[in-house]
Amino acid sequence: MIATSLPSLARAAEAEQVGNTTLNIAIFSAFVVLTLVFVIRASRTNKSTSQMYTAGASFTGRQNGFAISGDYLSAASFLGIAGAIALTGYDGFLYSIGFLVAWVIALLLVAELLRNTGRFTMADVLSFRMQERPVRTAAAVSTLVVSFFYLLAQMAGAGGLVALLLNINDSFGQALVIAGVGALMIVYVLVGGMKGTTYVQIIKAILLIGAALLMTVWVLAQYGFNFSDLLGDGAAAGAALEPGKKYGLDGVTKIDFISLSVALVLGTAGLPHILMRFYTVPTAKEARKSVVWAIWLIGLFYLFTLTLGYGAAALVGPERIAAAPGAANSAAPLLAYELGGTLLLGIVSAVAFATILAVVAGLTITASASFAHDIYTNVIHRGKAPDGQEVKVARIAAIVIGIVAIFGGIAANGQNIAFLVALAFAVAASANLPTILYSLFWKRFNTRGCLWSIYGGLIITVGLIVFSPAVSGSETAMFPDQDWSWFPLANPGLVSIPASFLLGIIGTLTSKEHLEIKAAEMEVRALTGAGAEGKALDH
Amino acid sequence: MSKSTESDSASPAPTEREAAYIAVLASPEFQELKRKHRNWVLPATGAALVFYFVYVLASTYAVDFMSEKLFGNINVGLVFGLLQFVATFVVTMAYVRYADRELDPRSAKIRDEMEAEGLA
Repeated sequence: MIATSLPSLARAAEAEQVGNTTLNIAIFSAFVVLTLVFVIRASRTNKSTSQMYTAGASFTGRQNGFAISGDYLSAASFLGIAGAIALTGYDGFLYSIGFLVAWVIALLLVAELLRNTGRFTMADVLSFRMQERPVRTAAAVSTLVVSFFYLLAQMAGAGGLVALLLNINDSFGQALVIAGVGALMIVYVLVGGMKGTTYVQIIKAILLIGAALLMTVWVLAQYGFNFSDLLGDGAAAGAALEPGKKYGLDGVTKIDFISLSVALVLGTAGLPHILMRFYTVPTAKEARKSVVWAIWLIGLFYLFTLTLGYGAAALVGPERIAAAPGAANSAAPLLAYELGGTLLLGIVSAVAFATILAVVAGLTITASASFAHDIYTNVIHRGKAPDGQEVKVARIAAIVIGIVAIFGGIAANGQNIAFLVALAFAVAASANLPTILYSLFWKRFNTRGCLWSIYGGLIITVGLIVFSPAVSGSETAMFPDQDWSWFPLANPGLVSIPASFLLGIIGTLTSKEHLEIKAAEMEVRALTGAGAEGKALDH
Repeated sequence: MSKSTESDSASPAPTEREAAYIAVLASPEFQELKRKHRNWVLPATGAALVFYFVYVLASTYAVDFMSEKLFGNINVGLVFGLLQFVATFVVTMAYVRYADRELDPRSAKIRDEMEAEGLA
């Protein structure tokens, strides 16, 4: 569904004689050179933890809004949604809608309050009034788990895409390419820190939204800008205009659709790499502005996906897309080739690659910051790490995470990656969102409730996925030949998210710990920004 | 370890700094800000989510209604889906307007007073 097997897409492309390797390398190199210039320029200030993690909170709302869009619009959004709409029609549109509506929660409930109460990581907010070490540990574990699954999917997708760009088809060559992608990403993070990474994301957002706009206008021009005619052609080719083609088969698939919709809409405000972006601006008002920019950019992009999906169905045809061994993921590149030939295919593939690289860099910086700031400094050294050590640890963590992602990406190459992205969203919505909302809006919430909700959410979500048809017992599973599944839904959100909210309440009420005094300070700071504003600039 | 910390934090005497924050929290100005904030964001978030889940449920269980064509090939489902975009944009703009007018001046005033007292 999202980024299943991109290496086979390369074979399909080759079989169809699409693409020009030299041109692709040139476009791709131009992107790498352009971003490296920004990263190296940013490196001059990349010395302190504050610079490394949040660029000294020096970005404006608009810059951060573009960067959030760059962080959020992953390959799943571009290749995945266009492909899902091209193959199943209306049901694929749910992704666009869920991914967008989710931002209402981020804007109204989370962004500003989080900016006012934390400095670097999600754990800053969660541990504000709790027993610091256990809560930080739990939040860091959850951050690392979510980031790891997200990373794995992006890395495997990167391998396939670059293989397409550079026309490499054997698995050893692709493994080398994945290693190269990982190495490049480590360089971005180490050299540029959050500032360099943010510039990469801003450039990528502009390229991606620009490419989607170009293709949308191009598709519509073919239909004399009559959207209804485009839909008619898409539907005639097989992309349904009515809901239910994919999820309307029986009672279980219908529930699965609802479960997916819950995970999509509640996952965003719990994604650690998105939450961390709110710390890169100086004030809550700038955090608000950045989310507003992000909503407009992301919303616009998802409107384009509708045209791209039905356009791919109408102009390329679902049979040809499905027959391309990369299936759904080939929809956008094949549409680009259909419209603008080799040149547009090269541009769109390079943009898709830039997309993955930027997301991977954002995830790596979040995961390494969480390890260094939460585990190393605050849990191991109880907040008093030797001078300069934390940045060093963060850099080492980025290298380790990069290497783990490279090996994970090589192992997951050609695997069912959609499942990893859905897992990341479900884990984020279950383990992170309840604790964030309780921390900000419920003064009785305490350490036990926090730990039960995070660990309970993690265990339930990962457990249900292991025993779901996404892992075993179905044709599209990771292990299609075995069957240990007993949980009927591919996405566990409908069960795991309410369970984690409940665990947070039960854990809190069964503990005698009362933290209302600390909660008072947190509440005042969250709403007024007292003690937070401008402070990050001093460090 | 956790046990002793729990009983410690169950009834500690507030420090001077904590008492100051508790006083700010109890002040009518802050309570008004809190009310204005919650009374807007909670219902608005709830409404957006209800609208979203009505759409999801209609797509699942009211397929005939969603498939009804309105004009050309545009059906109810597509319009309902596009209305989700409109709703998101409308909530966003309305919130920015509300926050600029009602929330920001109030929070800035409280913050300034706290800074004048050396609290922040």
